[in-house]
Amino acid sequence: MWSIVHKMGSPPWFFRFANGAIAWLLPIVLITLVVGCVWGLLIAPPDYRQGNSYRIIFIHVPAAVVALAGYYVMATAGLMSLVWKIKMADTAMRALAPVGAALTFVALVTGSIWGKPTWGAWWVWDARITSMLILLFLYLGVMALSEAFDNKVAAAKACAVLSLVGTVNIPIIYKSVDWWYSLHQPASIKFTGESAIDASMLYPLLLMIVAFYGLFALSVLLRMRTELLVTHRQSAWLRSELS
Amino acid sequence: MHPKRKQRLIIVICIVVFSSTAVGLISYALRGNINLFYPPADVIAGKAPTDRAIRVGGMVVEGSIKRSETDLTTVFAVTDYEGVVEVSYTGILPDLFAEGEGVVASGMLAVDGRFMATEVLAKHDENYMPPEVAAALAGKKPKTGAYNYQEGG
Repeated sequence: MWSIVHKMGSPPWFFRFANGAIAWLLPIVLITLVVGCVWGLLIAPPDYRQGNSYRIIFIHVPAAVVALAGYYVMATAGLMSLVWKIKMADTAMRALAPVGAALTFVALVTGSIWGKPTWGAWWVWDARITSMLILLFLYLGVMALSEAFDNKVAAAKACAVLSLVGTVNIPIIYKSVDWWYSLHQPASIKFTGESAIDASMLYPLLLMIVAFYGLFALSVLLRMRTELLVTHRQSAWLRSELS
Repeated sequence: MHPKRKQRLIIVICIVVFSSTAVGLISYALRGNINLFYPPADVIAGKAPTDRAIRVGGMVVEGSIKRSETDLTTVFAVTDYEGVVEVSYTGILPDLFAEGEGVVASGMLAVDGRFMATEVLAKHDENYMPPEVAAALAGKKPKTGAYNYQEGG
């Protein structure tokens, strides 16, 4: 396991890995996104209570799920950066934060658009929604901190500490609908027992979640590769890699 | 593990554990404010303040909706299966408002125990299913007041 971590920390190895992974991910993401959208938006049946307006679930839930998971990935990179001083982990953190922020923003906006016709309000200061807004601020905070220092090492340290402290918010977001009385409904997809969403809607939703995980990985790898190209533009290994 | 890395790892773990404990204690202390609404049982027990605006949430009791014939006032009962609070609201109700469905009403508690709502939000549950499945489960056609799905519509 440690040999993989050490390899990941080497820019030439990671550059080659990213190139290979991007070539594989791109068609997978395109296919799952197109099939998931067509299946969810056109083929899946309407809901018995909400009609067609529930279909925004196929964007809202995948964006929210990956925004939460992506935060743990960013915090793990922060841990590696703080304890093992791996430079690639700093690159990963900087690449992850804007992607996570965008996904959180999408989840909040689609939730708001969904909330108006179903609940009757664009915005409610409910525990789930408020904690999701805090997640957006955490991502934006990491982005701001990484730009706030002239010294890259100090910037990475500050980002890592913020992302690690912010991990406390993730279980709060996840469990908020069970711990407190909230307007947001509890989770429909259950890891244990039968899901509260019919199979005809669950499968396209799961496919869209897979597509969003792929899209997230693809965006992060593209951003990391770009940063490698910029920071190592003078290096011999990169020149030989590109020639 | 290298002792210096071990020390850094311990510091990081301490930061995460202490900040989590702090946030946990704060949200535990503020749990009354984090809850979006009071259940009817708490309102009846007098746990809800009467001097300021609050929210009451629960299920609309079947057969309790009475609409005024002269204006937009609707009177209905909200229950958490332990207590019942009567709610009066003047205005347009959300599409998903129906008997047997969840609502969250915000407003003031009147002296006679009736809740005068200024806003009513529909709280929908986590169940999603096609109309045919819902009809089969209920053993009847989809409920009126709910979305009516028409083939080819």
